[in-house]
Amino acid sequence: MAKRSFLIPGVDKRLLIKDSLKTMPDLTRRRFIAGGASLGALTLLTGCDVVDSSSAEEMLKSVSKFNDAVQAFIFNPDALAPTFPESAITKPFPFNAYYDLDDAPDVDGDDWKLEVRGLVDNKKSWTLKELYQLPQVTQITRHICVEGWSAIGSWTGTPLRDFLRLIGADTRAKYVWFQCADKDGYNSPLDMRTALHPQTQMTFKYANEILPRAYGFPMKIRVPTKLGFKNPKYVVSMEVTNDYKGGYWEDQGYNSFSGS
Amino acid sequence: MSSLTMTDEQISATRAKVIQPVWVRVMHWTNAVAMILMILSGWQIYNASPLFGFSFPREYTLGGWLGGGLLWHFAAMWLLMVNGLAYLVTGFATGRFRKKLLPITPSGVLHDVRAALTFKLGHDDLTVYNYVQRLLYAGIIVVGVLIVLSGLSMWKPVQLYYLVMLFGDYPTARYVHFFCMAAICAFLVIHVLLALLVPKSLRAMIIGR
Repeated sequence: MAKRSFLIPGVDKRLLIKDSLKTMPDLTRRRFIAGGASLGALTLLTGCDVVDSSSAEEMLKSVSKFNDAVQAFIFNPDALAPTFPESAITKPFPFNAYYDLDDAPDVDGDDWKLEVRGLVDNKKSWTLKELYQLPQVTQITRHICVEGWSAIGSWTGTPLRDFLRLIGADTRAKYVWFQCADKDGYNSPLDMRTALHPQTQMTFKYANEILPRAYGFPMKIRVPTKLGFKNPKYVVSMEVTNDYKGGYWEDQGYNSFSGS
Repeated sequence: MSSLTMTDEQISATRAKVIQPVWVRVMHWTNAVAMILMILSGWQIYNASPLFGFSFPREYTLGGWLGGGLLWHFAAMWLLMVNGLAYLVTGFATGRFRKKLLPITPSGVLHDVRAALTFKLGHDDLTVYNYVQRLLYAGIIVVGVLIVLSGLSMWKPVQLYYLVMLFGDYPTARYVHFFCMAAICAFLVIHVLLALLVPKSLRAMIIGR
């Protein structure tokens, strides 16, 4: 059988490929659609095509926004995450990221500075030495991953609300937005009420030792009232803002509030 | 004209023939859709961090990846919860639960299980549930309440801490949630099988009689 050519004479191959790529959905959309394809059983059962993927996606996005509002409504700023005795700590505490430990940011603590931006009176950057001078507290709380597993750990650091007061942050703003040193630029927004929660912490130590690289050296934000992915590691800057700037996982479809 | 008019007796006779009132049918099928969405998306979420040494086949999961599964799960949960709550309230308020599901006696259950296993359990009167049906239907309502409570504990382990305490701790609530799902799936298999064996029961759940 002769090979058939699908190329049209006079059409540039490279341009053709470029154009056809444009009509393809981006990676996150493809993930949804891949899911839709496995829904044959459901379509058969209900007799209707519930997986017309773009309209299903829109519906799911609206419900997720609705769920953000519901969670903000039931969030009690005084409700504390349960704390545990040292004997309950999970050993070893798991390293978890979308990359291997070898690819985790290797931050030089002497060069590192925490940048402060947005609606704050004092925008000075903070060295690690300066941050270590601030009063610290320890919490032993349960870290709950969006995947379902959980682990109990011991974190020591400065309550974020104390730091926000210190730098004269406008605490009526909607979010504190964190940028991290992870590859592909991890970031995540934290709603102000959660940022001001007494247990939300700028963490410098794990199990009374300087925060190891695996858990986010030099600084992690520990938020025991949120799922793990809203506890950014390797933080390089924070911005107090009224704008919703999205986040690494939030943009891919994880519920943005994701409170516990 | 006589064929177009009905006497009072005829009307009450027609009403008496209704096996499944319309609210039961609407809520039953709404629940069926919600339940299937919850199970398939739940399997997707389970696969992200399996509790046991197995995963569910990808073809039987909803959402494409963990994030999609979670979106489906936390959307369908509203349908499940609102419908389930309406069902419980109506079931108690109309006395349907009391009339249909009670009493459940050990001797009655034992008798009907034996009859079922020897294929002697009749389904002549669909308006009266036998003891096996009563036990299963009452049991699955309890499982339904448990799966929602354990699910809420996992969704909001800090805000709904008292609910978590009911199960012990967060990891235990996860196991409870899983085993309730397993119980519902087992129920679903038997339920669908029996509905197909006694097609008039399926008809009653669709057109009411």
